[in-house]
Amino acid sequence: MADKIAFDLVSPDRLLVSTEAEMVVVPGSEGYFGAMAGHQALVSSLRPGIVTVHGDGPAPVRYFVRGGFAEVTAERCTVLAEQAVEVEALDRAALDQQLKDAREDLADATTDDARHRANHLVSQLEELIAALA
Amino acid sequence: MLSLKDQRKRITSVKSTRKIMQAMKMVAASKLRRAQEAAEAARPYAARMERMIATLAGAVADKAAAPPLLAGTGKDAVHLVIVATADRGLCGGFNTSIVRGARRHIRGLLEAGKTVKILCLGRKGRDMLKREFADKIVASYDFAGIKRMSFDFAQPVAVKVIELFERGEIDVCDLFFNRFKSVIAQILTRQRLIPAEVPEAKDGDAKTFFEFEPGEPEILADLLPRNLAIQIYRALLENAASEQGARMTAMDNATRNAADMVDRLTIRMNRARQAIITKELIEIISGADAI
Repeated sequence: MADKIAFDLVSPDRLLVSTEAEMVVVPGSEGYFGAMAGHQALVSSLRPGIVTVHGDGPAPVRYFVRGGFAEVTAERCTVLAEQAVEVEALDRAALDQQLKDAREDLADATTDDARHRANHLVSQLEELIAALA
Repeated sequence: MLSLKDQRKRITSVKSTRKIMQAMKMVAASKLRRAQEAAEAARPYAARMERMIATLAGAVADKAAAPPLLAGTGKDAVHLVIVATADRGLCGGFNTSIVRGARRHIRGLLEAGKTVKILCLGRKGRDMLKREFADKIVASYDFAGIKRMSFDFAQPVAVKVIELFERGEIDVCDLFFNRFKSVIAQILTRQRLIPAEVPEAKDGDAKTFFEFEPGEPEILADLLPRNLAIQIYRALLENAASEQGARMTAMDNATRNAADMVDRLTIRMNRARQAIITKELIEIISGADAI
């Protein structure tokens, strides 16, 4: 059994990383999960959060993702994110701005569905900022 | 025969046309680089999205219950043809080749007794198709005011397509665009959007059973419209790069043609001038002889 998993992280405008990793931790919509070689095939939607790649380097590489999907099979793990940046490049101010926008969306929401979705986003972003701090 | 002065004027005008075309070529070249980078950067995402859809389609347990976006409505009566062109001309055969391909496809469908609806992206395609199929165009978008193609443009188009589909107004959806291969080669491509084009699973591929988080219907309901938007976005990016490539080639040719024309006109003008001088000399000499 191969002990590495092929990991791809792509956003609509670029391919961020394509590498082999020991383990990848992905923020699934129902909780973080770790993907290693031989993982049960899984498709999950994502919540805003941090993808952690445990690769060859001593320190894991971390990426911030928002929205999208992850596909895991025994050999590979593909994360299709609506938005993805390296955590180092992540701008705290930009994140706060997103939270602010989301709150405004929540305030402006007219339908139950829209309100529900905006509320969801706000809570996820708050959680994320708390995790980063 | 034009007078000398007129000929000179003509040459000046061709020369300034040449300068304009050369400038357009330069502009196209620099825009091309950006458009090409954008198109190439978007390929991995679209490719992986396709792969994901393909594996999922293979894994969907109950074919009958599969969402219609994936499996189709089971009918084949109403076709939506999305024709993606550019907003501007002066780019060689770029717009015409897309429209020609789309038109052939549409005629084929009409002959087969299908109903056709057309959605135009880009002003040129709409203008060209309006002549023949004005009553079939259901919507059209142009790129006025858009400097860089962004996902925000593709999204509403996808929403519109899905809306049409969900109201049962269309059964099948095809997309026409030019795939960017190189500066001189753009390939007219027809892509089937609905039902999602699924590559046949290779024999020997173990059928994987997928777990879904949250559930399979939720994932598919989210993923399929997203895939549609992504495919449209990809097509638009490819198109933008192709357009600039085509324009660059066209303007390069035009610049060269203009230069040739300047040479030809200059020779003609010189001959005419020479002829006038000779004629005047003959007049003087014969006048002197007569005395």
